[in-house]
Amino acid sequence: MTSTAFLQYCLTGISIGGIYALIAIGYTMVYGILRLINFAHGDIFMMAAYFMIFAMVDFALPWYVSIIIVLAATVILGVVIEKVAYKPLRSAPRMSIMISAIGVSYLLQNLATYLFSALPKGYPSIGFLTKTITIGSISTSVVTFITPILTLVFVFLLLQLINHTKIGMAMRAVSKDFETSQLMGIKINRVISFTFVIGCFLAATGSILYFTPRPSVYPLVGSLPGTKCFIAAVFGGIGSIPGAMLGGFVIGLSETFIKAAGYSEFSDVFTFILLIVVLLFKPTGLFGEKITEKV
Amino acid sequence: MTEQKKHKLSIILSIIGILVLAGALFGVYATTSSTDMLRTVLQLGAIYALVAVSMNLLNGFTGLFSLGQAGFMALGAYVFAIFTIPAAQRPGVYYLYGVADWLANIELPIIVALILAGLVCAIVAGLIGAPVLRLKSDYFAIATLGFAEIVRIVVGSSPLNRITNGSLGLKLIPKFPSFFFPFIVVGICIFIVWLLINSSYGRAFKAIREDEIAAEAMGINLAKHKQMSFIISSFFAGVGGALMAMYMGAITSTTFNVTLTYNILLIVVIGGMGSLTGSVISSFIVIAAREWWLRFLDQPFFIAGVQIPLFKTGFRMVIFSIILMIVVLFFRKGIMGTREFNWNFILKRLDKKEKAPVGGEGNE
Amino acid sequence: MSDKKTILNVKDITMQFGGVVAVNNLTLKVREGEIVSLIGPNGAGKTTAFNVITGVYAPTNGEVKFHGNTIISNFPKGKMDKLYAGENKGKYKKTLEPTPDKITKLGIARTFQNIRLFKELTVLENVLIAKHMRMKANIFADTFRLNHKEEAKMKADSLELLRILDLYDVKDEIASSLPYGKQRHLEIARALATEPTLLLLDEPAAGLNPQETDELTEFIRDVRDKFHLTIFMIEHHMNLVMDISDWIYVIDFGKQIANGTPADIQNDQRVIDAYLGVADDE
Repeated sequence: MTSTAFLQYCLTGISIGGIYALIAIGYTMVYGILRLINFAHGDIFMMAAYFMIFAMVDFALPWYVSIIIVLAATVILGVVIEKVAYKPLRSAPRMSIMISAIGVSYLLQNLATYLFSALPKGYPSIGFLTKTITIGSISTSVVTFITPILTLVFVFLLLQLINHTKIGMAMRAVSKDFETSQLMGIKINRVISFTFVIGCFLAATGSILYFTPRPSVYPLVGSLPGTKCFIAAVFGGIGSIPGAMLGGFVIGLSETFIKAAGYSEFSDVFTFILLIVVLLFKPTGLFGEKITEKV
Repeated sequence: MTEQKKHKLSIILSIIGILVLAGALFGVYATTSSTDMLRTVLQLGAIYALVAVSMNLLNGFTGLFSLGQAGFMALGAYVFAIFTIPAAQRPGVYYLYGVADWLANIELPIIVALILAGLVCAIVAGLIGAPVLRLKSDYFAIATLGFAEIVRIVVGSSPLNRITNGSLGLKLIPKFPSFFFPFIVVGICIFIVWLLINSSYGRAFKAIREDEIAAEAMGINLAKHKQMSFIISSFFAGVGGALMAMYMGAITSTTFNVTLTYNILLIVVIGGMGSLTGSVISSFIVIAAREWWLRFLDQPFFIAGVQIPLFKTGFRMVIFSIILMIVVLFFRKGIMGTREFNWNFILKRLDKKEKAPVGGEGNE
Repeated sequence: MSDKKTILNVKDITMQFGGVVAVNNLTLKVREGEIVSLIGPNGAGKTTAFNVITGVYAPTNGEVKFHGNTIISNFPKGKMDKLYAGENKGKYKKTLEPTPDKITKLGIARTFQNIRLFKELTVLENVLIAKHMRMKANIFADTFRLNHKEEAKMKADSLELLRILDLYDVKDEIASSLPYGKQRHLEIARALATEPTLLLLDEPAAGLNPQETDELTEFIRDVRDKFHLTIFMIEHHMNLVMDISDWIYVIDFGKQIANGTPADIQNDQRVIDAYLGVADDE
């Protein structure tokens, strides 16, 4: 492998890793607060892609309006899902909420098939994002280049939000102890809605960056990236935002290099093996906190 | 009525019940053609009943939230298919890559291959169980989901071309030798699971579901019992996968994706986590609804000559998922909860009527 | 009293979570046939001590002997080697960390502070589950009822136990539907079904009204006599403790501060300072 090729793969890996990181943050935040694997998150990511097709292809809106519409619609979708499918089960056993999340995932997939048909649809291209740029010996599209930068910016802003604002403090409190924070007067439902707003905003951003260089969208397209991003979140230690980011980059990079080495069939197998191995040796991930059950 | 008498009576009633069901099945066989929807629904429903019961053993009875069902079904289906496709037909099936030499002439009888499919799954479950079962609830769920995906990808991958026929999948898998075959196999398997959950080991599984810490304090070896439950569940999932392969006649690795696991999970939930009869009833209802009763939703629908726009391909599955969500949200216990259908309940009613003037307890 | 055999021997047990020492160098003995109580203010480390003895936590240092055999033993190692803040470092060299089920098998049964019954199962099933570990048949034989004699005996023994403990009438009720006091009794019945020689009760009177507490006092004594048991319990109800204990250990901040007969303890100034004078909220 020449050094140019190596750098090229690095850039591709970091770029896809950045997208994974954005989605993984959604998983990790929801899990941190609700202790729920939001199985529907990958499908929200898929729906965001269809929103884009809707806005740019069906309504022929300019890309900057479309992006705003996609972000808004995805966020609304996420919050509605939370209100309808998760909120009624707050006091139910954890298994029930998980099943509800699976049910939502199932519903979104079927809904997408019904509304947009099972056939792949072309993703609109956003002019400036697909331009090719050349840096030194590497040439790449703008989207590949700006994805990791955007990811880092978002993570930075998110950490500021969580560590230095009132709502951030409330989120930290709720993730530490749900009931006590409720007793302390934190409006739990607002915090949870806010978490979904952030998670879905990042998923929508990730969706735009992910599909721009890819040809098509179909109803099941969210399920595999969704699972991978959950793995990224577990890898970094679920509940930890820097952890999710790191997990995203690790999975993105390793996947790219495995593909480069000619084993593209097995790149997903690797991801799952990574998951199982991490869970076995460090069940709470790299930055996760140890939980002890009270007897 | 004494307990023993009651016990005997409920056995007799059960036998009568089974005979009635068998008679009904025979009636269906005698009166329908081989392509009748009712036959399809009954056979597919029976297969789903078995895999739902096997998942329920883990999720509902032992409290281990597994999402690996499709993986074990894939394994079972492939093991079965690989060993039963008629040797003479193999060159045709493996026309692109050729068949591995050691495999070319092996052809096992259906029953042997069914058991082998289950055993392979049981062994694999035994191997991955020890590490994976140490994980706490949701981590276990995601790890088993990951395992299922690994199986699916590996089974369809190119290094196995000469065994699994890679991404092309396998076809010409022997069909059911008779209409009754799946019902007999499924019946036996579910009966074994029923015996198990009503045994002392079954009670230990339920104890783990109810409270792991208390179960362990009562001397139940958690690792060992979870492992047993996982192995047995996987065995039956494998048999179920093999039956699925027979039913379909042709399989590819994409048949066994996560959606299949979700389908089974939702059947279990609708029937009631922790109820075998619930899983069985729900399998038939769900399959009948999905494959038959709700079919009309996918067809164009006219009222007074005006086409109602909602009705088109895919609408059925949307309605179906909405029904599922309603069950999940508002009828969390499903059809049966953790209860089972039993004669005692009915007998008690009759008993009360009989004894009403005297009152008080029975002889015991 | 001292001529009786020591059945449980807890030696220099220290339990440290990160930097927090929950139990500090605890040593105590429980003699056969006695009712021994462990008291101390909230957060003194009583339940932690129980959790160490029953294998829920592996101690950081120290050992536990039961009927003269070492059943649990550990010493600080790895990260804990540097962090360790307790005493007697280096005295123990063995690592023996059985899981709770192994301890139960040896004959130590327990109840929980916040009742942990198998809520959705019947009273009889609760007791049958406790008998499961003594079962000899394997899962195959049991599934196909090749051991129906053993199964029948299990059931007969369980019913007999329920009869003795006055729970027979409710044998088919769902455990969580029982009144609170009965649930406490059932938890003890379930523990007895494991055929223990030592019974650990973690605050058996918590949440009971005065009348139920009196009943429980009788119940515990009864159980001890009928089943020839040794009882080691944590309790806050001073009346109950003073009434039935043969010997009392007092701990505070994880350390033992006194032990003696109820009369001794009532007059012990350290105990009054640490506990009775401060935290008496009963």
